[in-house]
Parts: sequence; structure tokens; C-alpha cells
Amino acid sequence: MQFFGGSDISPSPPAPTASGHNAHMMYMFNRNGVCLFYREWNRPLRTLNPQQDHKLMFGLLFSLKSLTAKMDPTSAEKGNLGVPQLPGQGCSFHSFRTNTYKLSFMESPSGIKIILVTHPRTGDLREALKYIYNLYVEYVAKNPVYAPGTPIKCELFNTNLDQYVRSIS
Amino acid sequence: MPAAAPRSGDAIFASVEHVTCSALQNAELFTLTYGAIVRQLLTDLEEVDEVNKQLDQMGYNIGIRLIDEFLAKANVSRCVDFKETAETIAKVGFKMFLGVTASVTNWDADGTCCSIVLEDNPLVDFVELPDTCQGLYYCNVLSGVIRGALEMVSMKTEITWTRDVLRGDDAYELQVKLLKLVPEEYPYKDDE
Repeated sequence: MQFFGGSDISPSPPAPTASGHNAHMMYMFNRNGVCLFYREWNRPLRTLNPQQDHKLMFGLLFSLKSLTAKMDPTSAEKGNLGVPQLPGQGCSFHSFRTNTYKLSFMESPSGIKIILVTHPRTGDLREALKYIYNLYVEYVAKNPVYAPGTPIKCELFNTNLDQYVRSIS
Repeated sequence: MPAAAPRSGDAIFASVEHVTCSALQNAELFTLTYGAIVRQLLTDLEEVDEVNKQLDQMGYNIGIRLIDEFLAKANVSRCVDFKETAETIAKVGFKMFLGVTASVTNWDADGTCCSIVLEDNPLVDFVELPDTCQGLYYCNVLSGVIRGALEMVSMKTEITWTRDVLRGDDAYELQVKLLKLVPEEYPYKDDE
């Protein structure tokens, strides 16, 4: 698994673009690893084809969740690394930050994972991710044409999401 | 700064509350619509068992979507065990979607099987079952909804009706049995 390196690959942190989008990209996965949604607003560097990129992202999160839960100093149970967990157990991480970006993560108990990648000076996006989850419920889950577990192709969701992301600082 | 986000989330919640204020009109429309669906199913399928199955399947399809709405709006923290799950369904879930509170009783020794009891059931207002429909579980959609919703939070359950007012009992009682917990597995094969 590769993590984004330091200075040799990435350019300096991008300033908010003229179009006003403060986020780089967003992913949504369900519990089975299906990439429900991927949208990019500002991504200058692409190293993998989309399928590999999605798999990498999902695998990264899966492992991070497992690691953070096992390394929890406040938890009493001593499970083994690699044992599958329920989406409720253990602590779960909500963001990590590098010198060039910040990745914010939210997982619902139903296994819907929302990932937002933004510039590194972004604040705590947990409320924003909750709002995006609400957008998902209103425009996707309640959409009778949408089949759960398949990639999201709802125009209303896209428009509302774009509008909202523009307002995140 | 997250200034905009909480307000928008609150706005959604407030609009949901607004809808439930005109609950009287919506509830009747809901009850009548459900009744029309059951009648149509009886006409199309004729067999009472088939109708029961269809209602359960419809409920399942509703449940797998409803769970996300519930999780987004109810803001409950993750349930630690099945006992807490059952209480949450009865007190928060039923209240939120049907406007009635249910109670949880009859826990078995393991804590894997319980009964959810509904005194009030908005689906059955105005309903009487004729003799030709003996064997029909009129509210079977509810068992499907709970089964579908719980499956999306990793619990495989089996849900049956033990008491049904339309069949002569004094309350509606659903037996909810936890079959197994399905933890999240890494979905991709490791061979690439």
C-alpha cells in the first residue's frame, strides 16, 4: 500500500480555485466495497486508473479503521489484528492530514462511508460529512429509481452536493 | 469554519418536524394507501400466503433504505448490543416513522430474542379482515422493514407475528430473533 509521499510527487498545496471549490474530491463506498460515488473538483495528480484508485482508497480506510481500533489505549478487549469487526465496534478515526491535503472520513452504522479530500488547512468536517449523508438520504436513498448498492447517478444529488461543497471552507 | 453545516442539517430536521405536524392528514392518506396496496395484492395474487410474502418483500426493500434515513435523522449513537437495538427500534424508530411508541418484552436468556409490542397501529385504522382473508398478516410490511433495516446494520434476524389484533388478539406483537451478526469483511480478493 502506498501513501502519498512528501515533496517529490506533489506540488505545493493548491490555493482555493477560481471556481470556488474548496474540496479536491469525494468518494462514497458501501459496506461491500462498491464505490457508490466519486466526484473530483480539483485533482491535478492522478496516478492510478479509477478501479485501482477506488480499491486503494477502500483498502486504506479498511486497514486504518482496523489499526486505530486495535491500538486504542482505552479499550479493554484485546482482539487480534485482522479479525473482522462490526461497523459499530471499536473507535473509528475521522481524519488524517498531510502537508498537501486533509482526508476526512465518516462511516454510518449501515456501512456507508463518505470520504472528502480537501486542502490541509480545513477545519473539522464532521458536521459537513453528516450533512452530506443527509443529502444522500434525501436524494439517493429516497429515490425510487435508484437501486441500493449500485453507483449513484442522481443529478439532484450532484447539484446539491456541488453547491454545498462550494460553501465549505 | 463549519458555520453553514449545522444550520442546514437543522433545517432538514425542522422540515421533517413540520411534515409530522400535519400528521393527521398524512396519517390517513398513509393508512388508506396501504390498504389499497393490500387489496390490490389480494386481487392480483389471490393466495393469502403469496400476499404475506410480497408484503414482507416490500417491507424489506423499504427497510434497506429507511435505515439510512433513520441513522441520519435520529442521531443515535451506535447500539452496543441487541437489547439496545430493540429498545431503539421500539422507542425511536416506531415513533419517528409511525408516530407510535412500542415496548420491548419477553427477553430470552441469551438476549437474542425479544418481542416488540404495539398497542396502537396506524396501518390498521378502519380495517376489518373478511373471512376470505384468514391467514393474512395485514401488517407484514412492518416485519420486512425491520428485517431489512437490521440487515443493513449487520444483524440477520427472523421476525414473526405472535399476536395480531385483526386476528382476534389484544395487541400486535412481533417476535424478533437475532440469528447472527455479520461483521464487515474485506471484500476484495487478495490475488491482485
